[in-house]
Amino acid sequence: MTQKMNKFNSLKKTTKVDFATYLGVIVVFIITTILQNNGSLKRSAIGLLVPICCYMSMAVSLNLTVGILGELSLGHAGFMSVGAFSGIVASQSLMGAIPNAPVRLAISMVVGAIFAAIVGLLIGTPVLRLQGDYLAIVTLAFGEIIKELINCLIIGYDENGLHFIFNPAGNKTVDDLGLSASGTAIIKGAQGATGTATIATFTAGFILVMITLIVVLNLTRSRAGRAIMAIRDNRIAAQAIGLNLTKYKLMAFVTSAALAGAAGALYGLNYSSLQATKFNFNLSILILVFVVLGGLGNIWGSLIAAAALTILPEALRQFADFRMLIYAIVLIFVMLATNNPQVKAFFQKLLPHHRASAEKED
Amino acid sequence: MEFLSYLISGISLGSVYAIIALGYTMVYGIAKMLNFAHGDIIMIGGYVSFCAMFYLGLPNIVAVLLAVIVCTVLGVVIERLAYKPLRSAPSLAVLITAIGVSYFLQNSALLIWKAAARVYPPVVEGSMQLFGGKLTVSYVSLLTIAACVVIMIGLTTFVNKSKMGKAMRACSEDKAAAQLMGINVNATISATFAIGSALAAIAGVLLCSFNTSLMPTTGSMPGIKAFTAAVFGGIGSIPGAFLGGLLLGIIEAMAKAYISTNLANSIVFAVLIVVLLVKPAGLLGKSVTEKV
Repeated sequence: MTQKMNKFNSLKKTTKVDFATYLGVIVVFIITTILQNNGSLKRSAIGLLVPICCYMSMAVSLNLTVGILGELSLGHAGFMSVGAFSGIVASQSLMGAIPNAPVRLAISMVVGAIFAAIVGLLIGTPVLRLQGDYLAIVTLAFGEIIKELINCLIIGYDENGLHFIFNPAGNKTVDDLGLSASGTAIIKGAQGATGTATIATFTAGFILVMITLIVVLNLTRSRAGRAIMAIRDNRIAAQAIGLNLTKYKLMAFVTSAALAGAAGALYGLNYSSLQATKFNFNLSILILVFVVLGGLGNIWGSLIAAAALTILPEALRQFADFRMLIYAIVLIFVMLATNNPQVKAFFQKLLPHHRASAEKED
Repeated sequence: MEFLSYLISGISLGSVYAIIALGYTMVYGIAKMLNFAHGDIIMIGGYVSFCAMFYLGLPNIVAVLLAVIVCTVLGVVIERLAYKPLRSAPSLAVLITAIGVSYFLQNSALLIWKAAARVYPPVVEGSMQLFGGKLTVSYVSLLTIAACVVIMIGLTTFVNKSKMGKAMRACSEDKAAAQLMGINVNATISATFAIGSALAAIAGVLLCSFNTSLMPTTGSMPGIKAFTAAVFGGIGSIPGAFLGGLLLGIIEAMAKAYISTNLANSIVFAVLIVVLLVKPAGLLGKSVTEKV
């Protein structure tokens, strides 16, 4: 026992934090599952479980771009959208071939991740040369472009395979797909994906969050992760010691996009009807708010912020019209309080051993 | 002739974007922050002028002035309460606060004026016929274009010639040095927000006259597009914002008319991306060489 304790104490501080994060997620999952099974969760709360897992995973993956790589991205919802719709198409068209829902869900999430990664690679290659607010505006622009392009897609499936129409003029309908009698339309342009089989489960959400954590934490603690953080802290110095900026920036960006795609696929398969307009600029901002409130580069902070800020508007539902107003006020006050020098000094007095790390963050 | 009418509608839409972008660019130049609430101040300007015209029965010009005053005060108050305490905070914290302010304004408007879209009649009615009735140009379009040109010339003169303008330029270059030279930095930043918000009110009236409708989310998309326009022209540059706004409006009108209504925004954003990849500091922006 003592030997084990010694071994634990000899671990690095970051490793301990990582294990605590994994453990926390597992414990919360077990408690939530028990609560769900003995019926103490409200229906509205159960409906939130899968979206919370998706948002957690989105927040952690965005934290990789914004917190670890240090580049502001305002188009994260675009990758989620790509993942969602490619995942829905995969799931709906494989329905006959793979009747087992969990297997199909897993395949759809992998498909979503791959498509989002490809889009991330296509976008990242030219765009990551820009910096700061310019990169932010270009990612915003890409998010909007993806939204409008998906709005123009009509996709159907029959025994001959997938049928696509790109419909920029808005004059074509599902009938133009030329589906056979047994075929079904999956994505119907501006109407979005309707009639999707909702196969997303909370367990899948938990696994997604765990995979996201394992990928992001291991990347961060690896040699590549240290290179990425070096680029964030001082680009010129990083370049001077021979780091390949494009390679490491792309690595972080594409990983982040792929994880967002997997989260999107799970999110898409949680609703029977989904429009591309759902993944708009406001959703990107919402996820950025999770990341900033949770703390840049702080992974478990993102998890807590994502969960708390998804539950908060629901918990405020009794205030009906006032709930988003209260949300806005809470947001402003939290930002003012966390950046107030007096509040900061108070917390540093409270937690003296955190002083060193708190000072470093400044 | 059809082309000409699309061009005029593009220029007049672009003039609205340009006025919004001028406010964005001034605030960015001095406070170095992306003021996401700017679009919502436009919406507030629209509602105030709407209420003044219909509930109070004031003449249009007084209604516009009232909107300008309300928005100016609002802009200064927001700056004092929400942004000033964060002067030394990381830029992302300021960005999130601005988003919070934007949500706050939108949801306040939702509570006060409800979600349903209002019909907003143009502040100036009527139109003129050119080329024997082949081309119709509304007075609102002409007013928008004229307002934009006047504002742009006025602002350039103000920033380049007046004492306050000099202070603004000094603050945008180096706040600490400006303070040492005896410039009141806080007052300068407040003045910038006041000017930006006053421009937003004018833009709000013109935008609502152009679209003839008004709802709590009216300002958000034009706000984003005007921000795009400011970046397009080179953020921080006044002539750049003017040029960027006009080009954006024209590209949008042409894309809607000749390519696809559904993809108009995509085309606008795609042009922006191409411009930024070729000229990373925008059309008229100065690229700053980095010191090691």
